[in-house]
Amino acid sequence: MLKRALALFLSCSSFVAPVSLGADGDDLGMGGGLTNLNMPRGVTEVSQVAYDVHMLMMWICTAIGVVVFGFMFYVMYAHRKSRGVEAANFHEHLGIEIVWTVVPALILIFMAIPATSALLKVYDTENADIDIKVTGYQWKWQYEHLGEGIKYMSEMRTSIDEIEGREPKGEHYLREVNQPLVLPANKKVRFLITGNDVIHSWWVPDFGVKRDAVPGLFTAAWARVKEPGLYVGECTELCGKGHPFMPIVVEVKEEEDYYLWLAGKKEEAAVYASTIGKQWSHEELMSKGEDVYKISCAGCHQADGNGISGIFPALNGSSIVQGPADGHIAVLINGIAGSSMQSFADQLSEVDIAAVIHYKRNAWDNNVGDIVQPVDVLNFKTAQ
Amino acid sequence: MAHGPAEGITRWLYTTNHKDIGTLYLWFSFAMFLTGGFFAMVIRAELFQPGVQLVQPEFFIQMTTMHGLVMVFGAIMPAFVGLANWMIPMMIGAPDMALPRMNNLSFWILPFAFAILISTLFMEGGGPNFGWTFYAPLSTTYAPDSVNYFIFAVHIMGASSIMGSINIIATVMNMRAPGMTYMKMPLFVWTWLITAFLLVAVMPVLAGAVTMMLMDINFGTSFFNAAGGGDPVLFQHVFWFFGHPEVYIIILPAFGVVSQIIPTFSRKPLFGYSSMVYATAAIAFLSFVVWAHHMFTVGMPIAGELYFMYATMLIAVPTGVKVFNWITTMYRGAITYETPMLFCIAFVILFTFGGFTGLMLSVAAADIQYHDTYFVVAHFHYVMVAGAVFSGTAAVYYWLPKWCGRMYDETMGKLQFWLAFIAFNITFMPQHFLGLAGMPRRYADYGLQFADWNMVSSVGAFLYGGAQILFLYNVVRTIMYGKPVAEAKVWEGAEGLEWLVPTPAPYHTFTKPPVVISSAAGEDEWTISGATPHVAFKAAPGAG
Ligand code: HEM
Ligand SMILES: [Cu+2]
Repeated sequence: MLKRALALFLSCSSFVAPVSLGADGDDLGMGGGLTNLNMPRGVTEVSQVAYDVHMLMMWICTAIGVVVFGFMFYVMYAHRKSRGVEAANFHEHLGIEIVWTVVPALILIFMAIPATSALLKVYDTENADIDIKVTGYQWKWQYEHLGEGIKYMSEMRTSIDEIEGREPKGEHYLREVNQPLVLPANKKVRFLITGNDVIHSWWVPDFGVKRDAVPGLFTAAWARVKEPGLYVGECTELCGKGHPFMPIVVEVKEEEDYYLWLAGKKEEAAVYASTIGKQWSHEELMSKGEDVYKISCAGCHQADGNGISGIFPALNGSSIVQGPADGHIAVLINGIAGSSMQSFADQLSEVDIAAVIHYKRNAWDNNVGDIVQPVDVLNFKTAQ
Repeated sequence: MAHGPAEGITRWLYTTNHKDIGTLYLWFSFAMFLTGGFFAMVIRAELFQPGVQLVQPEFFIQMTTMHGLVMVFGAIMPAFVGLANWMIPMMIGAPDMALPRMNNLSFWILPFAFAILISTLFMEGGGPNFGWTFYAPLSTTYAPDSVNYFIFAVHIMGASSIMGSINIIATVMNMRAPGMTYMKMPLFVWTWLITAFLLVAVMPVLAGAVTMMLMDINFGTSFFNAAGGGDPVLFQHVFWFFGHPEVYIIILPAFGVVSQIIPTFSRKPLFGYSSMVYATAAIAFLSFVVWAHHMFTVGMPIAGELYFMYATMLIAVPTGVKVFNWITTMYRGAITYETPMLFCIAFVILFTFGGFTGLMLSVAAADIQYHDTYFVVAHFHYVMVAGAVFSGTAAVYYWLPKWCGRMYDETMGKLQFWLAFIAFNITFMPQHFLGLAGMPRRYADYGLQFADWNMVSSVGAFLYGGAQILFLYNVVRTIMYGKPVAEAKVWEGAEGLEWLVPTPAPYHTFTKPPVVISSAAGEDEWTISGATPHVAFKAAPGAG
């Protein structure tokens, strides 16, 4: 209690806010309240040098502020006309002007040294043990464990009902995903970051990694996390209406657990691949399709398929949706150039694409009746 | 005096009088200030608590975009152009601006630009939703159709700014009264002269950026489209090559205002006049070479990153010089605390605070944590609101008696000041904490850990909004019922030629240039032929 009051007092009276830290990595609970004032120190070398140079700068600025404002307040008090003082008439002093040009310049040089070495740390991306490709999509992240053949989408799990207040907000509101990025502890991980549509930015404060995900550009950042745990981050470049709704969750596991997880993932992928050849029933496709639709399509085309006039076309009653299946598959595989309709070829599996197309052709007022199978999608892809 | 103003609406439509045009600019900017403020209220109301309550995320980002655009281009910039129109001719002893018809044009295209911009909110597909920095490809490939209107509006604003600045340059260079050498010009004139050069240099860059967008959107080019061989990062370089000088375009005239007002109420000449001029020029120069400090997270090579970090840190030196000069001006003065002075003192404190956070932001490794969070939002509101807006408010209180011949009510002025000062800090101080704790900017919704400070910030914002209504009330009340003032020199400690002309300033001033009647010990005494009082310039060092 006392500590909290002290923190508040310090932070309000000046810009000194070192007392309390943000949520630590493995603490996903509410680190909220009024004491959440400072940058987290984080768990990587990069986040720690960033924190240190941040604190250094803050203290230097505080010190300068105390001197400058202290003098100013003294002047404001002592040289009031109401105290009967006479104004002096000086307006120049070369010596003092040189001093207050040179001294700040020296302070800056003093600041530049730790600032430079911190930045060198940020850029030290050589000799990584593991490479992860991170791709920003509107509005989710895709992670690929390069060299392992494993990739997956990571999407927010918080429901629209929670967001719009029809259900109480859970403890992990806006900070929960269907599939976190999984990393091993104590390994140097390099992130190769890019964007698929617009620019996003991948930020995990506890790692000290924030890097813009720019379409057409790959840039590298890195992290070596000592402590296993869950770490949360957010998208920090405005990327459209879903900008606040594409959180990042990273699960850091002990090395053995990581490799176990990876093996499990590979097995899962193999099983999944075998389902491509299978004939799916109408019901199976509809139920899978509805799930996919909610996550990947409803954001724009709306849950009722009616879109938003002028921006996102309606699918309900659409001639493409109800036309020949190939036309519809083509739209999902290739996207529509020059619009926000992106290509889903890399984002969704053949099964997902087949299911969602089948769903759209038979949901709402649409009633085409035929069945689109995952093999149809596969054939379309290979024919291209 | 040849003739007075025309009657009725045509006075305002056809006017070429610098005072009328100044008035138009000021009222326009205030209207935009309230409009942009209304958008901000929508933003803060939505962010009052977590969740989506009042407006959908799509509309929310349209609000943040419009708020930024309207405040920067509609409120702050025209306010200072208005002050320039009113004051520069009167400060340099000129009868009017050098290019009065262009002056009329540069004002009257502005309402059209903003009518177009704001009308986009009602268009199908909504208004611009890509932030005031309109990064491609969100603003090109993925933009709503209304983006074309946005581009057109930006072109018009740019044309207006360029005309306005050419006019200011021409006026200052050609119309100074004999004896008004460059190094005797009031600092407000100096800062505007330098600002005008900045504007002429960077507005075309902005026009180029939006034109490239226009081409990408409508004519299939790929300047910023990676799929066509273009580069989204190029957009950011071009934008910030305009954008960083732009922030100094906003603040330099504010420096000028503060440099006029602090000496008046300290009853002591401005300290370090020539170093003020050189510092302004240095800041203007440096502002061209630091742009990529807004892009520390795009993954530039380390050499570029280091260069932009060092260059940005350097700006702190001339900025510091200014702050020290203002404080030393107050030192051993005889200070009184009228409303304009209060706003200027708050300016010095809060702007310096924003400078500190700027210095922190310039450290690239730390900026990686700050960037695109509320910490940056707090930084630029400290420099732009407590900087530009506070100094603009100070300027209005300071010169209003000269403009309309009536004195504002000091108690009401002080009330507005304290309300604005306190509300401002309640609004923006917590945003530092939010940003450091990890809340990104331009978020329509946020995690529960940010709830408390957001609520505090919203309460502050509503109060700050209220303070602006009080400002409007004070100004209107002064114009209509304020106590008449007759002295030419409204403030005891004021210096400068504007205090030589009668109060209220007649429609035409300095139809004959003022003359220097004595010039001793670096002090010039001026008069309008036949008139008392005389005015002395103490600030100018022997230089001129
Ligand atoms: C000592 C002086 C200053 C320094 C060192 C400084 C530094 C910076 C830096 C490094 C950023 C980028 C932060 C980021 O996006 O991560 C920034 C942002 C910004 N600064 Fe400053 N700044 C200074 C003064 C000013 C002034 C005087 C103004 C305007 C009146 C200003 C307006 C802005 C604005 C508008 C942004 C944010 C733009 C945006 O992303 O929307 N700054 N500043
Ligand atoms: Cu800048």
